[in-house]
Amino acid sequence: MLGVLAGFVGELRRAGLPVSLTEHLDAAAALTQVPLEDRGACKAALATTLVKDAAHVDAFEVLFEVWFSLASCGIDDPGDGADLAELLDEALGDGDEAALREVARLAVARHAGLHARRHLGAGSYELYQTLRHLDLDAALGRLLDRSLGGGSDDDADPLQARLAGEELSSRAERLGREVEAEIRRRLVAERGSEAMAAALRRPLPVDVEFMHASREELARLRRCLHPLTRALAARLARRRRHHRRGRLDVRATVRHSLSSGGVPVDPRFRRPHPSKPEIWVVADVSGSVAAFARFTLALVHALSSAFSRVRSFAFIDGIDEVTRFFAGNDELEQAMRRVNVEADVVGGEGHSDYGAALEALWTRYGRDLGPRTTVLVLGDARSNYHEPRAWVLAEMRGKARHLYWLNPEPRAYWDSGDSVMGEYARHCDGVYECRNLRQLGRFVEVLG
Amino acid sequence: MGERFDSLGAVRDGLAEVGYLADEAIAAVVFLADRLGKPVLVEGPAGIGKTELAKSVAALTGSRLIRLQCYEGLDESRALYEWDYRKQLLRIQAGQHAGGGDRSGATWDDVEDDLFSEEFLLSRPLLEAIRATDPVVLLVDEVDRLEVETEALLLEVLSDYQVSIPELGTITASQVPLVFLTSNNTRELSEALKRRCLFLPLDYPDVERERRIVVTKVEGVSEHLAEQVARVVRSLRGLDLGKPPSVSETLDWARTLVLLGVASIDTEQICATLPLLLKHRGDLARASASLAANTTR
Repeated sequence: MLGVLAGFVGELRRAGLPVSLTEHLDAAAALTQVPLEDRGACKAALATTLVKDAAHVDAFEVLFEVWFSLASCGIDDPGDGADLAELLDEALGDGDEAALREVARLAVARHAGLHARRHLGAGSYELYQTLRHLDLDAALGRLLDRSLGGGSDDDADPLQARLAGEELSSRAERLGREVEAEIRRRLVAERGSEAMAAALRRPLPVDVEFMHASREELARLRRCLHPLTRALAARLARRRRHHRRGRLDVRATVRHSLSSGGVPVDPRFRRPHPSKPEIWVVADVSGSVAAFARFTLALVHALSSAFSRVRSFAFIDGIDEVTRFFAGNDELEQAMRRVNVEADVVGGEGHSDYGAALEALWTRYGRDLGPRTTVLVLGDARSNYHEPRAWVLAEMRGKARHLYWLNPEPRAYWDSGDSVMGEYARHCDGVYECRNLRQLGRFVEVLG
Repeated sequence: MGERFDSLGAVRDGLAEVGYLADEAIAAVVFLADRLGKPVLVEGPAGIGKTELAKSVAALTGSRLIRLQCYEGLDESRALYEWDYRKQLLRIQAGQHAGGGDRSGATWDDVEDDLFSEEFLLSRPLLEAIRATDPVVLLVDEVDRLEVETEALLLEVLSDYQVSIPELGTITASQVPLVFLTSNNTRELSEALKRRCLFLPLDYPDVERERRIVVTKVEGVSEHLAEQVARVVRSLRGLDLGKPPSVSETLDWARTLVLLGVASIDTEQICATLPLLLKHRGDLARASASLAANTTR
């Protein structure tokens, strides 16, 4: 058992989870306390001792299933021609766990094509094959019609229809997960846990690069973003309150000294007058950083719900203030669309021109820049060989409280080709490589 | 270490008896916390039942709940212990009067020993939990509100269950108390703290568990209504809301519906009572729009 545990811990570390030696020992101690035949309890014992971050739970789950895989019963198609569609309808209609699992097993046996010699991937091809044959959407449609037709017609309240639909799709989702689990179990049985774990290795959400993130990954990133912006808000607010103490508060000190016989043991100070920080986000939304731009806009969106005074600007070779799109509590998607459609960010030919954009920012909005403003510039500083006009940044830094630049490119690429990062860096309070959430988190730490 | 619970099943059933529906992971973590003598770090959105878990465990084990509410600026004298300097001043004055003109009375050493004895020590929650002789559950609430530096205060207590007081020496716990720390994840806690704890992330319950929670916690709710409540809440959580409704809000809502005598929910009633579930204007607008779109379709 200790050997298996050691292997599992090694696998977790390879997946990027920071498991320390003490945690490894704790896990071993925990396993001695729970009944080993209770799989759920063992899983909980390992999870609680080895995983210390909610963002790592998904990776743990996947690896646990692979490492401590249930033996697949390996029933092949009984061949009795049981109608899969009928079974599927029944299982989805009842929402019974065992029935769903049975359908998943049967579907995998029949359609996943695991007998073909194509066992290279992590099972996503097989998953796709099986789900395509199951045709869940059609089944959902059938069931929804039936459940609505079942009651009398005036019973068909749209709310009930919606709730019933959601219940069905959650069951379908569960079925999909069962199918995936079954395929993985079979692949593990065939290839062994280690090979499977290697095939399934994905970067943790904090390590996913913004520039190369898929849509799905971006959605997950966005969920991780809110805690980070809250942390940023908390940090700035904390500094506001604690960075310096105010003047001596004579009245409070004297009153407080009464309890120590008139000796002012514990001097009291006034709270400094809190000044609200103002944040300006200046984001490149050009095509070259499209994926990053989606992310930056998500960041702006999250920031504007955490701070009362965020102004955001988007640019390509022209610049426009886009604060208004994020002001209402609109959906992020809608705000993005409006930025793309309504904002006037193209000045000339529609290729990034940092110099022109920054100068336009300075001439149009520079007078609003004050000593409480923190400016964040987000972009790769690839200016298509246009004049960088770095003096603009120097001017802005003189007026603002801080000026930071976040660059989504690896540091090694800076100043290569048309990147003029070095020119701008001289005039910033800090330039940070910001390719993933981990680095963004580090930036937030620096800020605090 | 501890032997408060016989088995995993006993934890789950016991918690259910005191009105807390634990899933498998929660029961296992509580069980292990007792057996391994480790604190539990519970993390999750507000209103999910983190504090309630500690209270329920206290009720289950018949322990006293000692609560330390964390906030920014919490310091040693509020969390660990403090010398009662007023009493100490009185003691010095009393000594002077008793001695009268005679200087040969109590020597300074005697007075000092006397001043820094347990009599003048004010216990704050952490020390109190350590010194307790009756069974206690220590709840350190919202530990993420502490500054990073203050977090270190907790470390000695959490790993060795002892408190060092320079003037008195080290006070060690006679029994290992159950400790729960809760966090809303507003900031990353230090590695040192996390390493010492069992980690229990809580997420919104699934429909089935939420339905059972509603049935357990709300008096006079029908099975049908509980089911509907759970489903509507899941539907709302599916929208991209700033602050999705949590379990405590679900319960408030279910209680309201029962008070209003609602047997079966319709869209209008949801819209009328939506402010119980959603606390942000933007979220309200978005949810109402989504429900209305549903009606016209």
